[in-house]
Formats: sequence, C-alpha cells, structure tokens
Amino acid sequence: MTSSLQSEKMQANEDSVILNELDAGSIFSKHKPHISVRNLNVYLTKNHILKNVNLDIPDKAITCIIGPSGCGKTTLLKTFNRLLQNSMDVRIDGDVLVDGENIHGKGVEVENIRKKMGLLSQRPCPLPMSIFDNVAYGPRIHGIRRKKTLKIMVEKYLGEAGLWDEVKDRLKSPATSLSIGQQQRLCLARGLAVKPEIILGDEATSALDPISSKKIEELFLKLKDQYSIVLVTHTLRQAKRIADYVVFMYLGEVIEAGHASEFFNHPKEKLTKEYLDGYFS
Amino acid sequence: MDRIKYNKYRQFKEFAIRNMMLVLTIISLTFAVIIGISLYYKSVPILDQQSLWSLLSGRSWKPLKGEFGFFPFIMGTLWVTLIAIIISLPLCLLSGIYLSEFAHPYIKKMVYPMIDVLAGIPPVVYGVWGILAVVPFISDKLAPHFVEYSTGYSVLAGGIVLAIMIIPLMISVFIEIFGALPGGLREASLSLGATQWQTVKKVVVRKSFSGLAAAVVLAISRAFGETIAVLMVCGNVAEVPKSVFDPAYPLPALIANNYGEMMSVPMYDAALMLSALLLFVIILAFNAISRLVLIRIERNFAL
Repeated sequence: MTSSLQSEKMQANEDSVILNELDAGSIFSKHKPHISVRNLNVYLTKNHILKNVNLDIPDKAITCIIGPSGCGKTTLLKTFNRLLQNSMDVRIDGDVLVDGENIHGKGVEVENIRKKMGLLSQRPCPLPMSIFDNVAYGPRIHGIRRKKTLKIMVEKYLGEAGLWDEVKDRLKSPATSLSIGQQQRLCLARGLAVKPEIILGDEATSALDPISSKKIEELFLKLKDQYSIVLVTHTLRQAKRIADYVVFMYLGEVIEAGHASEFFNHPKEKLTKEYLDGYFS
Repeated sequence: MDRIKYNKYRQFKEFAIRNMMLVLTIISLTFAVIIGISLYYKSVPILDQQSLWSLLSGRSWKPLKGEFGFFPFIMGTLWVTLIAIIISLPLCLLSGIYLSEFAHPYIKKMVYPMIDVLAGIPPVVYGVWGILAVVPFISDKLAPHFVEYSTGYSVLAGGIVLAIMIIPLMISVFIEIFGALPGGLREASLSLGATQWQTVKKVVVRKSFSGLAAAVVLAISRAFGETIAVLMVCGNVAEVPKSVFDPAYPLPALIANNYGEMMSVPMYDAALMLSALLLFVIILAFNAISRLVLIRIERNFAL
C-alpha cells in the first residue's frame, strides 16, 4: 500500500520534472536560482522605473536581459549590487534575494553584496593606477597585503580575462595606455580578482570593436561554468549567441523570461514576438 | 534648387569675427606682459644703485636713509600665506569631499549657494571682522599661553583671516573638480566592495590630484596677492617675524600703505615698484614651477 503510494508520488514528481522541462523555466531544474527578484518596484525621482518585477536568475549560466532603451534593464542590474542607492532620490520596494538572502535586509553590509558581484560597465573604467594595481585593487581593499599573493592573483585573473600574455611585460604602465578592448578585459580581471559569484555586465561590449567584443563573449562562455553571468544587452544577436536564459523587459516590466532556445523559437507573448521580429528596438 | 555658390558676405563675417576674437585674446594677454615690463622699467633706478641680492636679503627698511631691505616683507608674505594654506587646505579638502561624495542631495542644495555667498563677501569685511574677532582672540586667549605679549595683530591673525577668505573659493573649486570625475570610476571601485572612504582615498582624490593641486596653486596665488584684509590684521611692522604671534608686513600691504605718500623721498617709488615686481615674479614663478611639477607627477603616477 505504502509502496504503491510512494511510486505514485515518484511518478508525479517525474511528471512535474518533464512538465517543467517543457516549460520555459526548465533551466531551474539544472541551475537553481541564484538571484530571485520578488515584487520589485523602483522609483527614481517619482518616475516608476521598474514595475512589479518578478524574476529568477539561474546559477552558473548566462542570463541576458534584453529590451529597448529606457526599459529599466540597467536599473534592474544596478539594483542587484545596490549601486542604485548611490544616486539621488531612489525608492525601492520589494525583495532581491541573493542565495536566499535579502540584499535590502537589516544588517546587510553593502560592501559584502558588491564583493559577490563583479560589474562590467558599458565603457571600461580603469582606475587611475597601473595595470597591476588595477587588478590588485580589489584584493588589497579586502585585506590582502602580501606581495607574492598579489602577484599570483594578478597573473591568475589577467590570465582568466585573456590579457596576461598581452600585458605581462608592462604591468607597471598606466591602465589607460591599453586599448579600449584591453581595458574592458582588464576591468573583467579586476572584477574577478575579488572572487565574485556573479558577473554583471551592463552592455559590456557596446563600446568595443567587433574583435574585442568577440573576445569578451568568448570569455563569458568560458566563465559561465564558475560564475552566474547577467548581461544587459542591446543587441539581440549577442543574446542569441551566448544566452542560456533570456529576460525580455519593456517599459519597466518583465514581459517574458525563459530558456534561450524556447524564448527565441517560440516566444509566448505577442510583444516579445514583435521585438524579436524587429518591429521595434 | 539651392545654390552652393560662395557667399562672400557670410564668409567675410566668419573671417572678421574669428580674427576679432583672436586680437582681443592677444590684447588681454599682452596686459600681463605690459605690466611686467613697466614695473621693471620703473624699478630700474633702485636696481642700478643697489644689487638685487642686497635688496632681497636686506633686513632694514629705512627709506629716509636710503635703506631698502625687502627680506622682512618677503618673509611676512610667505609666513602669512603658509599659515593660511595650512589652516584652509585640510579643512577644504575634507569638506569638499564630504559635500561631493557623502552629503545628502538636500544638504548640497542648501550649502552650495552659501559657499558662493561667502566667496562674494568683500575682503574689507573679512578684515574688519578680523580686527573685531580674531585679533582680540589671539591677544587675550591664545597668545598668553605661548608668548609673553602679543597685540594680536600678527602673522597668525593674517593667516586665519586669509584662510577664511580662501576657504569658500577652494571648496567650490574642489567640488567642481570632484564633480567632473566620471561617475563610472566611483562605481568601478564601489562594485569591487570598496567602502566610500576607500573609494575617495584611493580613486577619487588620486584621479583628481592634478586638479586639486592646480586649485591649491590658484588659492596660494590669490593669498599672495591679497592686500586689504591682511593689511588690516597683520600689524605692519617691517621686521622678520620670529613667531606666529609677531606682526608682519606682507608685500602687498607695503605697496598699498605707502604708495602715493612720501614720494619725495629719493628711490622710494622705485623701491615700491620693485616690490610690486617681486610680487609679480613670485606668483609667475610659483605658477610655472607648480605646472612643471604637476606634469611630472602625472607622468610618473599613471594618472
């Protein structure tokens, strides 16, 4: 009796797994959500920027947030590492859970949240110091002082960002002497050096030439085994190339989110379909 | 069909305006050169009579006996300026940082106009306030702890009044400089988990270092030349001050106090012209040197 009940339960579980896999959200059976957004509303100087956003961002996968300009993609991204609070007049309602912890909760140290997430901005923003010091900056502020350790870390992360061979002979020269594509990879290395779990990219390739942006994309594909990567992107084609999971936003709302293949091939919403077909961009 | 033919009138207007602006620019720059040359020309008589070195190092100022030693005045100027910078620089740097990086937007909105008002108060008002408040404070409260006697009219009083005068100037320039930094720079540092103070220390101040230094140079130049407020509280005694509680006699005060009087004394006006020339050259040299140093720093520190 009990065994038949159990088998029935297992059957039901299997059914739900199959159902889930059919569902666009099936990615979460393999990748548990790393960031969960619940009923998030953001107001910037009384403008309602994000409207009741509910979202799960899968762990160890590339999530692309797409949508036309001004739809709140960057605002959403900046809410994740609480950089938004730095600008004036912001009101945030709702929860953002990272590993199940509310980042707006009491007793949360904002520096610890940010350390968890490396940010790659639209234009590379090297700090006013040498290449070496740029990568060592993060470890240094988190208390690593030993020269040897720093050297090892700098080499490791410049290597991960695919920049080591190009700069190993001129680590002491200013970061601004690098080309813009190299600067962006330097910023990636700098972000990786604080050992984040998540990489946030805010149109990280839009200022770069095609070859540099291809390099960055390849890096993302290589890094997604170790990090959850969230990219805001303006180019649909980039999302198609690298996304595992896609979020489509329009005027501050999440219209549709789903597994990349499902999303691009069988969009559920009319608006998504229109966007993908290029009716607006 | 629109004609694409050369429009003589429009081209002439373009040409005329551009060259007019060029000429005006040259004129305004020429004034500095003219002033320098005429000061030199006017001070030639005294330079012919005594060597420049003996004038600069001479300690005795007795025009009636023909003794023109500028050393006390140069030292007075340097002392007062130095004290003003020592007092105002840390204060301005920290409040500039606070206002641009930490303060709530509401506070900024309140404070910025107040700083501009402070910068607009005429120097003579600061001077009067110095006489009424700073001088008695020094003679009654501060000096007795350190020296036997001080009238209060002293290097310190001049320095304090001067500091208070340049504070609003420096703060508002500092805020401009911090505000001109790209916002992405702060975000880059913050997103690595740096605190705001770490970001300020290692990124904001570093990146704006040359700008800050230029602002300080500007403030020092201003302090060198500031006349009336300093003159009112400095005591104006032509002796090298031995402590900050001694009176001093800065160069601008010397010129302002004496020009137009006692002109019958031989060499007197040439001596005053020379002191004006000295002031001119000191500020010029100071600006040039600091600019060179800045270029060096920028090159060496990978800014």
